[in-house]
Amino acid sequence: MKLLSAFCIGLLFSFGLIISGMINPAKVLAFLDVLGAWDASLAFVMGGAVLVTSIGYRSLDNQVKPLFASGFSIPTRTDIDGNLIAGPALFGIGWGLVGLCPGPAFAAVSSSPKSVLAFFLAMLLGMYLARMPWINSKLPLGSVINYRRKIHE
Amino acid sequence: MHDFLMAFLGGAVIGLAAVLLMATNGSIMGISGIASRLLPPISTDWLWRSAFLAGVLAAPLIMTLITGIQPVIEITSNVALQLIGGLLVGLGTVMGNGCTSGHGVCGLSRLSNRSIVATGVFMIFAFGTVYLSRHVLGA
Repeated sequence: MKLLSAFCIGLLFSFGLIISGMINPAKVLAFLDVLGAWDASLAFVMGGAVLVTSIGYRSLDNQVKPLFASGFSIPTRTDIDGNLIAGPALFGIGWGLVGLCPGPAFAAVSSSPKSVLAFFLAMLLGMYLARMPWINSKLPLGSVINYRRKIHE
Repeated sequence: MHDFLMAFLGGAVIGLAAVLLMATNGSIMGISGIASRLLPPISTDWLWRSAFLAGVLAAPLIMTLITGIQPVIEITSNVALQLIGGLLVGLGTVMGNGCTSGHGVCGLSRLSNRSIVATGVFMIFAFGTVYLSRHVLGA
């Protein structure tokens, strides 16, 4: 049941990406082109999603545990560190270069593998590399951050 | 106007998916986290992650099968740019613990201060990158 529900929720999410137009990189780039011929429509994707999610999450406040899992796993970190600036900065540049973020990349690669495969594989490689402890400590930004962290400690 | 309505509806569907994943699985619907933990070193709860991503991959194919329509996917960047962009998206989302779905949709809805910062930063850098490539360097 847990797996079937995860599969169906994945389907639902992906249909949302298709309906909204988020799956189309050219449309995403037009949305990101605020100072050009701006296509503001995709702002409403975030609007609709945040509206439903904030109400929905609140309605779960009294639920003791999830239907198919032993507990809720909700991020507890509240610190703002260098990685929280550097990571999203790199992500934003990549997103702005191509117009694909991770969710739409998965939906798009199955629909038109030929045109999206290069981006998709490079994205997986980037994820893999960022999780490697040996390279993580060698990233220039990472070492600056770790150095600063040592000083603060 | 039609575009705006579809965007809002699609967004609401994405939100519904996020709420359902929390209600059934107790997890934040963050695609970069779900996907990256399937790469080595693989996390122990890889099964539901794979099932979720299988659903994401299947949806466009199911839609095409039923309606005969393929979703419009126009890529304007060449392969080199795609490789650089992909690498940056992969590195950045793992370093920053989230992407548009995890930080953007779920994090903003939880009013998480880390997600508000992350979303602000990636939006500004994405706007800036498009501005530079389209209006300064000229693409």
